[in-house]
This record gives sequence, C-alpha cells and structure tokens, in this order.
Amino acid sequence: MEDNLKKDIFKVAGTSLKSRLIIGTGKYKSLSETAKAVKASGASMVTVAVRRVNILDKTKPLLSDYINPKKTIFLPNTAGCFTSGEALRTLRLAREMGGWKLVKLEVLGDKKTLYPNMIETVKTTKILVKEGFKVMVYCTDDPLLAKKLEDNGASAIMPLASPIGSGLGIQNKVNISLIIKQSKVPVIIDAGIGTASDATIAMELGCDGVLINSAIAKAKKPILMAEAFKDAVISGRNSYLAGRMGKNHFATASSPTKGLI
Amino acid sequence: MAKIQLNGKKVVIKSKYSILDLLKKYNLDKKKIAVEYNGVIVPKVFFKKKYLKNNDKLEIVHFIGGG
Repeated sequence: MEDNLKKDIFKVAGTSLKSRLIIGTGKYKSLSETAKAVKASGASMVTVAVRRVNILDKTKPLLSDYINPKKTIFLPNTAGCFTSGEALRTLRLAREMGGWKLVKLEVLGDKKTLYPNMIETVKTTKILVKEGFKVMVYCTDDPLLAKKLEDNGASAIMPLASPIGSGLGIQNKVNISLIIKQSKVPVIIDAGIGTASDATIAMELGCDGVLINSAIAKAKKPILMAEAFKDAVISGRNSYLAGRMGKNHFATASSPTKGLI
Repeated sequence: MAKIQLNGKKVVIKSKYSILDLLKKYNLDKKKIAVEYNGVIVPKVFFKKKYLKNNDKLEIVHFIGGG
C-alpha cells in the first residue's frame, strides 16, 4: 500500500498535492475552527473567496493569520459571481494579491439552485486561459460540457455531485463516470457531498479528488468530520486502485467445500 | 482635502494622499490585499506614486473564508 501511495501522485496544472481532499474555508464558526479543520483534514489546498476589506474594523483577524498561504495552497474562487465580468474581475484581483495563477472558476446561473451557468463558464474559461490563468472549473455533470471545458484549456473539471451545500451526495454516478473516463485533466467532485461515505463513493468511481466545505463546516463536530473525510478519501482512492471484485447475482461460498465433514 | 469612495463608503482624505498612505491609515498589509482604482487594478509597485483625487472610487479586497 505504501508503495502504491508513493507512486500515486495527485497533480493539478503541474502542482503536486499531498492530499486528494480540498477544503472550502467558508461557513465555519470561527477562523480558529477553520484552521483546525483544515489541519485535521490533511488538505494541502483550500479554497478562499475575494471580498472587500472591512475598513471600519482595523482589528478584524485575517484568514491568512490562521492558515499560512506558504504552507497551504490558497485557491481563489469566484463563489457568488453570476456573470463572466464579475468572475474575471475577482480572479484578476486575486492574481494581483499574491501572484496566484491557479484559480477556481464558478459562474452561477440561478440563486435557488446555485447551478452553474455553463454558457458563461465556458466563455470565461477561454478568456482566463488566454490570460495565463490555470483554471479549475466548477460545472454541471454534463459530459459534453465537461469536454468543452477541457478543450478550452481547463486545468481541472469540477462537476457537482448535487447542488452546492445540499448534502445530497452524488446524484448521477453514470455521468460522473463518463466524465472521468473521457477527461485527461483531473476530475474533482466539487459540490453536494453530504458525508464521508459520499466522498469514498466519488473516489471509488475514479475521481481524482473531492472538494468539501459544508459537509465538514456544518457537521456537529467539524474537526472530527474533517478527520473522517481524510480517511474516507484515502480509503476510496485505495479501493479504486485495488479494483473491486465482480458482482454476482448468487452467493459464492467463502470457505472451500472440499473436506466438509 | 479630497472625497473618495472606499469600498462603497465615503471617506475624506488629505490632499497629496497616495494609495500607500491610505493602506497605512487603515493598517492594511499591502502583501495581503489588492486594489482597484476607478475600475482598474493597480500593481503594488504603483501604490506609493498613485495619488488620490476627488470622486475617486477605490476597492480594496482580501481573501476570506469561502467554498
């Protein structure tokens, strides 16, 4: 197993990640809880949002006071952007902030479902790639559109399992499998994971990684759940690499029948 | 004196005030923020030389927790 893990490197746009679990840093009770959850999860990449500085409160603690961007990769995200223009503005500012080229794009299309607007998403991916960004793209689980993103230079395909923050788990395993089979870039499940076993299922399907926020932040004990996800992702990956047994409709005895008394 | 709009709020500043002066006033580390000046992103090297004038619109952003 150890040898297997050593060879099994997870790379996104040339960056090697120690863990296949990526953590979202929103919705936690405090920054200290966020930092503890990230540590417990073993994640080496976290998503972050770009927002206005609160100029009225000079003493407000910063995310980077709790999570060191030199040790944990910050993946700027365009969460909350509903147009291509907003997403581009956000990521250009993010790049200026710290020189980040690896970013996560999401262009939302509907306030109730937070479903991605794929027409705007494809268009924006194209522009960002031209500007030299490495773009990990949140998308629907439509294999054709996923392919379109890859053709336009996406560094990772990030289909939803179910709507953002819903906790409904993977709703369309067939589509996710099709996307995994056709993609040459990493496929990372982005939204809708509800609990650790959902992440294992995603990894067993052959996903390269999973991104989790609400399922950890909204658990009764977020830090313990972060640990559960760490193990779930490792187990799912190992299970995928090991290759599951075939399914039979009838029983096959585990003990030999020869020598029965 | 000049009236500017900073992150959507009206702020009065002294004349000959640069972006860098403004960052100092609000105790902001330039490494941890990005600035948009009248809709255009300002590279950090220009913070010192970019002086603010009446009706300028400034956005200062940073990273916060997000999914």
